[in-house]
Amino acid sequence: MRSRARTVLTTAAAFVLLVAAWELAKLVLPAAGVTVGGVRLLPRTDDAAMPHVWTVLAKLGAPEVAGAADPRSIGVAVASGALFTLGLALGGLVLGGIGGVLLALLMQRFALAERAVLPYVIASQTVPLIAIAPLVAGWGGKIAIAGWAWQPWASVMVIASYLAFFPISVGMLRGLSSPPKADVELFHSMASGWWTTLLRLRLPASVPHLVPAVRLAAAAAVVGAIVAEISTGTRGGIGRLIIEYAQSATGDPSQMYAAILGAAVLGLVAAGAVGLLDLGLRRYRGTVS
Amino acid sequence: MTAVSLSGVDKSFGEVRALDGIELTLGDGEFVSLIGPSGCGKSTLLRVVADLEQPTAGTVEVAGKSAHRARLDQEYGIAFQQSGLLEWRTVAENVELPLQVHGMARAERRARAAELLELVGLADFAGSRPSQLSGGMQQRVAIARALAPSPRLLLMDEPFGALDEMTRERMQAELLRIAGESGAAVLFVTHSIPEAVVLSDRVVVMSPRPGRITEIVDGRRPRPGEATDLAPDDVEDVRESGAFFSAITAVREALRKGDAV
Amino acid sequence: MTGRATTARVAAPVVFGIAVLVLWQVVVTAAGVPAFLLPAPSAIATQIGAQFPVLLATAGITGGNALVGLVAGFLAGVVLAVLAAGSRLVQELVTPVVLAASAVPIVALAPVFTTMFGSTTEIPRRLVVTVVVIVPVFVSTLRGLRQVQPVHAELMASLAATPWQQARFVRLPGAVPYVMTGLRLAAPAAVVAAIVAEYFGGLQNGLGSRISSAAANTAYARAWAFVAASIALGLLFFLAGLLVERLVTRTRTSR
Repeated sequence: MRSRARTVLTTAAAFVLLVAAWELAKLVLPAAGVTVGGVRLLPRTDDAAMPHVWTVLAKLGAPEVAGAADPRSIGVAVASGALFTLGLALGGLVLGGIGGVLLALLMQRFALAERAVLPYVIASQTVPLIAIAPLVAGWGGKIAIAGWAWQPWASVMVIASYLAFFPISVGMLRGLSSPPKADVELFHSMASGWWTTLLRLRLPASVPHLVPAVRLAAAAAVVGAIVAEISTGTRGGIGRLIIEYAQSATGDPSQMYAAILGAAVLGLVAAGAVGLLDLGLRRYRGTVS
Repeated sequence: MTAVSLSGVDKSFGEVRALDGIELTLGDGEFVSLIGPSGCGKSTLLRVVADLEQPTAGTVEVAGKSAHRARLDQEYGIAFQQSGLLEWRTVAENVELPLQVHGMARAERRARAAELLELVGLADFAGSRPSQLSGGMQQRVAIARALAPSPRLLLMDEPFGALDEMTRERMQAELLRIAGESGAAVLFVTHSIPEAVVLSDRVVVMSPRPGRITEIVDGRRPRPGEATDLAPDDVEDVRESGAFFSAITAVREALRKGDAV
Repeated sequence: MTGRATTARVAAPVVFGIAVLVLWQVVVTAAGVPAFLLPAPSAIATQIGAQFPVLLATAGITGGNALVGLVAGFLAGVVLAVLAAGSRLVQELVTPVVLAASAVPIVALAPVFTTMFGSTTEIPRRLVVTVVVIVPVFVSTLRGLRQVQPVHAELMASLAATPWQQARFVRLPGAVPYVMTGLRLAAPAAVVAAIVAEYFGGLQNGLGSRISSAAANTAYARAWAFVAASIALGLLFFLAGLLVERLVTRTRTSR
């Protein structure tokens, strides 16, 4: 328990130090930055480029549009944007997760499928899939499925699910193939079929591999959702908010910083959700050899 | 001169009494095995001699010095169950490691490593990587490394435990030859009764909870050039001799007695 | 492995890849799939041919940013990990920040760096790549530095080695494969970060901005050509990372 208290304390200290470093940079470095031979080596540190931390926090309480009839504060705007994006990211994670698990089962069941598809799935983890985000954006308002017009937010969810799909299929396949040969042969000797072996041996054994894969996929889905919002121009999410605030003519950067803070909190919440899942599945966590 | 002298050594880990009143002396060049069921403290005893564990009570002397001083002066070499070779170094560089740690010049330690690899029969593998060697060969490299600083004492913690039976018997013969040529005393932890008997001058039988010495049985270590009918000088002959089997029986009975306590 | 098994191993994905391409082409042309949904492979290939010099130039700029950020982030990650391994306090202060960084969308920092350094330099994008790269390199290196095999620790203790000798002979060389794993993971991530950072504004001369501007101008086949170049660049970085890892750790046993 003492070590836990220490962890909490040092974690808090770490972020306090980070804030202190930011403020120290503002205090010590020249406001216009340092430019050598046309290359800026040190950043501008005036209030327009690096606002005080407390300015950013105070901004959360300020109204989004000064003098508007509906005085929504920036904090509320950022929170609702982050929630909207979180919903899309989680939706994408679930969709991509289901697809990934199904593909992994297919590859586990049929060796030929694994041979044919696996190299692409692995390669896909190393290539910038997110580059297609602006292309999926083009679907908005142009196609309809069974009378339902394609919505821009659906593009965002498709991109998020696409990014979540690959890590989960790789992790799941690794997990399904993780039981040692002796265990598989034990089930074989008991004349159990593929389903029984799957249910009683392979699925429980896959948990230690699946949880880190879901963690990766959740982070990818969050990044995917934010980037997709930017390239699709989907309104209502945190990604769009960052760009809007960054480009707003008022020239008040603390507004943008507040939105980025919201994006960071969003990522932490998604990671926390995976942590809860991990806790729920704890009894399947053996050692991964 | 004595290589090791233990008197009244106790060692506790919290409530657990791992060693209790250990009295043991190893003469120069003597080969002594420690045997007993798991948890009898035989490895702990070896680690106390190596100064890797501190005794709770009692005195430990190695080569007439405190165990701590002896470790600093490299009076002993040690080999573990895992060879513990550094995989990024060549076989020769692994043998040189103890000499490098103690600041010997490069040319000098090269020569010494070549000599030692000759001794363990691996001269052709000086430039190989440990991963290219079989388990038995890796263990021989580890023994050469332990012998590098010319120690008067060799400590071995189940060094052949992970080897198959055939390799193991070959390694026992090799070890006897190497120990004879280097003249070092050996303290050898094992859980194999025949291994203890064939290698040792004396077999120390231990019992658990608390770890105690229950009996010391004479081993059947062959002495080259001193062959008698009772004690042949060839290991293979020893393994087939009646005296070998009677010593095994004696150790087994001592173990059973310790168990009953 | 027999020759036949090797052939099967290589043939299966190749056949699958060709089949997908053919199917894609046939479905797109036969069913008249609109280009905004998916252009035909032949159309994309034509664009790759037509745009080849531009593809190379933009890939060079994005690749350069990714490389600079990768090297900077790799060095920073290794140095941080060595400091963290050397001091418990440093480790306790740095680890939560790095773990938080691994969960938050770092690319969202792009606008921050743009305001701090100005939108006319490559520095903001390179900084984003640097921060993205630090995370896996730090985590992997620290794991390597902390994972000394018990038998090696015992051996060094029995040799009465000093802490510095312990670091020089065992800890640092033992961590090398882990450092290389961090580099291999970080290399493709650097490309992704360099491309995505362009979606957040700043200089518009790399692959990411070409994709979005082509898509915005409804030149979908051209956009897909730039996507293909992005994929090639990502694979190039991945293979380079793999090669460096293999070269550095080739004398070791596989873990």
